[in-house]
Amino acid sequence: MKVVYLDNNATTKVADEVREAMLPYLSELYGNPSSMHTFGGQVHRNIEIAREQVAALINAEPEEIIFTSCGTESDNTALMSALLSRHDKKHIITTRVEHPAVLNFCKTTAREGYRVTFLPVDKGGRLNLEELRAALTDDTAVVSIMYANNESGVIFPIHDIADIVKSKGVPFHIDAVQATGKIPIDVKKLPCDMMSISGHKMHAAKGVAALYIKRGARFTPYIIGGHQEHGRRAGTENVASIVGFGVASDLAKKHLQTEGTRIQDLKDKLEQGLFNTCPDPRINGDMVNRLPNTTNISFEYVEGEAILLKLNEFNICASSGSACTSGSLEPSHVLRSMGVPFTAIHGSVRFSLSRYTTEEEIDFVLEKMPPIIKELRELSPYGTDLACH
Amino acid sequence: MWEYTDKVKDLFLHPKNVGEIDNPDAVGEVGSIVCGDALKLTLKIDRETNRITDAKFKTFGCASAIASSTALTELIKGKTLDEALNITNQDIAAFLGGLPREKMHCSVMGYEALEAAVANYRGEKPCEVEEGEIVCMCFGVTDQKIKRVIMENKLRTVEDVTNFTKAGGGCGGCIPDIEKILKEVWAEKVIEETVKPRKKLTNIQKIALIQETIEKEIRPLLQADNGDIELIDIDGSRVIISLRGTCTGCLMADVTVKNIEKKLKELVNEELVVEVE
Ligand code: FES
Repeated sequence: MKVVYLDNNATTKVADEVREAMLPYLSELYGNPSSMHTFGGQVHRNIEIAREQVAALINAEPEEIIFTSCGTESDNTALMSALLSRHDKKHIITTRVEHPAVLNFCKTTAREGYRVTFLPVDKGGRLNLEELRAALTDDTAVVSIMYANNESGVIFPIHDIADIVKSKGVPFHIDAVQATGKIPIDVKKLPCDMMSISGHKMHAAKGVAALYIKRGARFTPYIIGGHQEHGRRAGTENVASIVGFGVASDLAKKHLQTEGTRIQDLKDKLEQGLFNTCPDPRINGDMVNRLPNTTNISFEYVEGEAILLKLNEFNICASSGSACTSGSLEPSHVLRSMGVPFTAIHGSVRFSLSRYTTEEEIDFVLEKMPPIIKELRELSPYGTDLACH
Repeated sequence: MWEYTDKVKDLFLHPKNVGEIDNPDAVGEVGSIVCGDALKLTLKIDRETNRITDAKFKTFGCASAIASSTALTELIKGKTLDEALNITNQDIAAFLGGLPREKMHCSVMGYEALEAAVANYRGEKPCEVEEGEIVCMCFGVTDQKIKRVIMENKLRTVEDVTNFTKAGGGCGGCIPDIEKILKEVWAEKVIEETVKPRKKLTNIQKIALIQETIEKEIRPLLQADNGDIELIDIDGSRVIISLRGTCTGCLMADVTVKNIEKKLKELVNEELVVEVE
């Protein structure tokens, strides 16, 4: 059975063009880019082309991009650098809904004596910018806030946030892992010091990501060793993945220009369809400022893992914020921070689309989903008066 | 990814005994929507024989919670209340061909629903079932429950206590308390096992206890292997039995006798020796 992959915020399929571009580096072009000989040197040239391509996606300069191994490394590097560069400052501001790469980093520093402000969000997953303004102090070393949320898809007003942070002269890091490739980003118009982006969320391979470091921003490397990446990130480059990341950035940029609202329309169709066939679903998150590809829907009184496993029978891939799927016993920290009621939090399902998603796939999900919810609601001791049409 | 047995998957996709019995004789409700799983068990009970004639469930929860509910209802149907209460969460897990460790709490929930239903039938207040103080605020788990599950499942680590009861799986604030309970339980156990100050039994008490032990502890095990046991005589500290069914000629008979002896020594009296008639 064909896989219907609607879990693109977790990871994405490697684009054919990306794979083709990578293959030579997994066979004949195995040279070390740091070598003096032509054989290795030519590889280095292709890393630089990839750097230009990735930079172009967010309108940065190539020398403002360093390659890392994953989004988590980019996030950690950015925060570590900010703290080391301003070691007299002991305060960090972030949000409650960050990715664990930022959240747990901050929790760790909190144990080491840093004061961390975790800004709350409202029901729609939105920040209160006044609280951000009030939280900034002379002691603030860095502010790290995501561009768009991986679970709810909510997009933060990142330009306003950047203006507030920079008006206090505090370094600002943006975790843009979920936003890049999905919405246009222009760092020339966005006053931030660092930005994390990741390859495998935008049809590149796993194992490659990038950190944008604004020209002139203070930077202290995190991984120490050789002179790669101009001494800003040591370690032999993951050449194949980096080259693929470049191609993926190129493709993403093109699609952002030509694709228009196709993904958004498919997502709307999915949402609308589910609303028409299942009573009382609820969308978790701001309806206006949301990633075009993401919808997070709760079906009250049923449990998310059960929904996913039933979908799995039809090879439909999605994810859930329920406790049973979170890997711990507690449901998603994002949905809890948004105050999603417990009747709904365990029954949340996230569908995240990509440019490869087809209308037939959405129709297929719309056909399979209502009976699944109906069956599970019949099994449930709660909300017995609800059933799908 | 799910590491469920085929049996769990099958019973999740095709659950049995779903629903609610009209005018049930007993209702057991455990869990809550806040915690992420809940089970409502309804029973039909024959008042004469105390036998469960029908059992149905409604469950909110993940695949293993739903499969555990089917397992529970299948296991208790046709049993008397006392027989049913002898079922443990391990039996439920075994029925399913095993559960992932971190899902064992689903089997515990099944057992608790049964207990709650029986208490309801017998007119006890449900709160009498689970006494004790709340240790884990996040999931409302009491020290009594933690202790019981530790002993029944021989748990040694906090992680396992979380797997089986959820306690400790939220904010983690109760982990030190769980550690304390673990220490207490195993310290008590060690004392019990080494000194075990046993009351001297009268002859009648001893015979009764031997009979009970054979009925409750030994016979079910043998029956599971198509065997059976009969108590012939008790002469001082000699317990004379006869084995039936597949046990008799089986090469394992010796081992079986040794095991029976061990059980009786452990539960009744150190001096007992078992002989086959
Ligand atoms: S009190 Fe037990 S996990 Fe929070």
